[in-house]
Amino acid sequence: MIRLLFAIIGGVVLGGIVHLVSVLALPRIATQDAYSRLASVTKENAVTALPQTEPANALLPFMDPAFAMAVCRYDLSKGPIKLTVPVSQSYTSVSFYTRSDVAYYAINDRSAGRRVIELDLMTEAQHEALPEEEDVTSADRLIIDSPTPTGLIVLKALAAEPGLMIQAQASLAASNCRVQTDPPAAPVKGKR
Amino acid sequence: MRLIFLTLLALAIATIVGLGLTWTTATRGTDLGTLTIGAWTARPRTGTSEIDPYARASIARSGELPIGTGDGVTFTATTDDKKKPLDGRCDVVVSGVTPAARFWTLSLYDTKGRLVPNTLQRYGFTSQEVVRNADGAFEIRIAARSRAGNWLPTSALERYVLMLRLYDTPVGVATRTQKDAPMPAIATVSCP
Repeated sequence: MIRLLFAIIGGVVLGGIVHLVSVLALPRIATQDAYSRLASVTKENAVTALPQTEPANALLPFMDPAFAMAVCRYDLSKGPIKLTVPVSQSYTSVSFYTRSDVAYYAINDRSAGRRVIELDLMTEAQHEALPEEEDVTSADRLIIDSPTPTGLIVLKALAAEPGLMIQAQASLAASNCRVQTDPPAAPVKGKR
Repeated sequence: MRLIFLTLLALAIATIVGLGLTWTTATRGTDLGTLTIGAWTARPRTGTSEIDPYARASIARSGELPIGTGDGVTFTATTDDKKKPLDGRCDVVVSGVTPAARFWTLSLYDTKGRLVPNTLQRYGFTSQEVVRNADGAFEIRIAARSRAGNWLPTSALERYVLMLRLYDTPVGVATRTQKDAPMPAIATVSCP
C-alpha cells in the first residue's frame, strides 16, 4: 500500500517536471507558430505584403482586419538590415519579433517623429563591430539589436475606414527592407 | 513484477499530469501578468521581451503574433459583464468610452481567431468609423440581425470573442484599475 502511494506521489512530482520541460520546449518544437506560417509565403530580407485579413484567408489567428500588413522576414547572417517605412495618413507601426515570436521592439509613426521611419537592424555582434565614431555622429540613426539572427519585422498601416485600405496598402508597398549594401566602413582590425 | 507495475503507474501519472497541465495552460492561458477590467482582460507583458513562458507556449501553439508594447495593447472579452458567455444569437451592447489612445479597433472573431463572414463584410469598428453620442460615448450593437446605429453582425455564431485594441496608448504594464483605463461595458440585452 505504501509503495502504491509512493508511486502516485512520484508520478505527480515527475508530472510537474514533465509539465515545466514541455512548456519551455513548446516554443521550440511548435511547427504552426507565426514565424513558420509566414516563412512559406514571405521572401527573406524583403518586404512581402500580406493579403487583406478576411474570413477566407486567415494566415494567422486574431489579426486586426482594419490594418494593411506587410512582413520582412530577416536573416542577419548576411549583414545588417536597413528598413525604411513611409508613414501613412493615419497610423503606422513597425514591430520586431524574434524567431520564436517574442515582440522585442515596436515603434509607431509618432515616436519615430518623421515622415519616414528609418531603422537599422543588426545583431549585437554587428553593432559592437561598428566603428565607434560612426555610432556617435549619427545620433539620429536608430539602431536596433536583434536578440536572434533571424526573425520577423511586421509593418502595419491603419485603414481607419474600409475605403482607406488601398491607400494604407500603397504606403506599405513603398517601404523597403534590405541588407545594407554600403561597405561597413572599413572594418577595424584588431578591435573586437 | 510489482515493481514494474508501480514504475509504469508512476510514469503514466507523470505523463498525464505533465502534458495535461501543459495542454490546459497553453490553450486556456494563465492569470500570470493579467490585467482584468470588467469583462476585458489584457496581458501587456506579452508584447515585451519579459513575456512569461506560459504566454510564449500559448502563442507558439495558436500561431498569433502579439502586439508589441510600443505599438499598442489588446483587450479580450469572451463574456459580458455578468460573466455570461458571449452568444451570437443574442443582442449584446458594448457601450461607454475607451482609455486614452490615438486609435482603437474593436473586432469580432470566432473562438479560433478567424473573422466571421457576413454579407456586409464588416468585421469590426475603428475609433474613426464608430458613430458617437453628443457626449463622445458610443454604443455598438452586436447581433445576428441588422440593428440601427453601430451594428456588428455575428452571423448567429454560438460563441465569439471580442478584441479591443488600443494603439499608441499609455495603457500598459503599469495600468492596474478601471480608473487608469475606463473600458466599455458589455451587456447582453435580449436573447431569442
